[in-house]
Amino acid sequence: MKELVHMLELKNLTKILGDKVILRNVSLSLDRGESLAVVGPNGAGKSTFFKCTVGLLRPTSGEVYLDGELISKNSMSVKQKIGFLGHESYLYSTLTPLENLKFYGKLYKIKEADKKSAELLKEVGLHLFRDMPVRSFSRGMVQRLSIARVLLAEPEILMLDEPHTGLDVEAAYLLNRILKEKQRRGTAILMISHDFEQVQELADRVAVLSKGKIADTMAIRQGSNLEALKEWYEKAVKGA
Amino acid sequence: MKAIISDAWTIAGKDLGNEWKNKQTIGMMVIFSSLVILVFSFAFDPTNNMVKAVIPGLIWLITIFSGLLGLNRSFLSEQENDSITGLRSAPIDPSSIYLGKVMANCTMVAAVQIISIPVLFLLFDYRFMGEFLWFLLVLAAGTLGFIIVGTFLAALAVNAKNSEMLLPVLLLPLLSPLMIAAVQATRIILENADIQDAMSWIQLMAAYDLLFLAACFFLFEFIMEGS
Repeated sequence: MKELVHMLELKNLTKILGDKVILRNVSLSLDRGESLAVVGPNGAGKSTFFKCTVGLLRPTSGEVYLDGELISKNSMSVKQKIGFLGHESYLYSTLTPLENLKFYGKLYKIKEADKKSAELLKEVGLHLFRDMPVRSFSRGMVQRLSIARVLLAEPEILMLDEPHTGLDVEAAYLLNRILKEKQRRGTAILMISHDFEQVQELADRVAVLSKGKIADTMAIRQGSNLEALKEWYEKAVKGA
Repeated sequence: MKAIISDAWTIAGKDLGNEWKNKQTIGMMVIFSSLVILVFSFAFDPTNNMVKAVIPGLIWLITIFSGLLGLNRSFLSEQENDSITGLRSAPIDPSSIYLGKVMANCTMVAAVQIISIPVLFLLFDYRFMGEFLWFLLVLAAGTLGFIIVGTFLAALAVNAKNSEMLLPVLLLPLLSPLMIAAVQATRIILENADIQDAMSWIQLMAAYDLLFLAACFFLFEFIMEGS
């Protein structure tokens, strides 16, 4: 029988920077159409975990597989499948939203990048600002554009580092709607967040990363209690 | 290789398009080179024949020091909003980032040379009598070598606290052999002497360019990992 391949699989991931162990034997898996939220206190190693997962940092030991393929720094076919939204926007503030999207569209070898960019700008509500330089945008508008940048390549897995930062209620609702639609179509979503409400809204599973290791994981059912989720998180962090 | 060059063009096109819009860096480079020429034209008497001897040195002086202003900016612009991570997470070879930056920097320095060298000849009352194609070849070889090493070191220095001070300290000693060859070859061509006398200098420049291009191209991904 053919073995089921996870969309993302981390096997005993360890990262040591200098003499500090940032990640200790982190093992996780994520299937297609599944949404996993990673929560944890500041300094728990969430950003390093993300950078190792995306292939920006080489793990000290352990392996990361994406769709069955080992992620190395320069695996272009793997990078093509990843939509990475980091802490920063990765946008050029002197360029307009359309120019930014067209530039990334070319790098990701997207056919009809112009048309797709215009459609995405409409989807994230920035169509009217398409010819204004990004430097004049508010934090929320930049975040909307970053989301459009990530969605441009139609990635098979979305890796989102605090995607709701700076978004107003309407934009957060819009983002959740887009993410749920992507998930329904089979896109896997790995998300780092401090916002438990959004985690409860979007995630199928939640993992607590504390002191560089996975302290606990829990499945989130529809209609689950937010307070119970917070209590479980605090217990997991204290027990780590 | 085709994909690397195509991605490099995309990155160079973005940088040059950006520069075309705001003209910040190139404006600074042209102003700097014009000021240097103006100051030197007042310092030396253009009617004195000995002054012609400083022209090859001046050509390379304005190229290097105005070019340094552009090199400093080329990776600093990628630090805003951490755009360099955006490039690194894209499905492109890290070498194409380096090659793209080399292309953009070369174009900007060439644009400055197109403006400043005729102005230099004009203010020093110098009538060009050498072999023009050889002059262009020496100019291209010297500029390319400078940009190849300069772009690599700019990427290396960008994460340092005082990157603008660090770059010249790292770059200028490494450029010494190239600049000695470039000045000597330019002098021979401008004096309209036998081109065979310049051949060994031109060969030295070509070897320098090829050696550093290969080394920087392959080592670039290692310095990107630290950014």
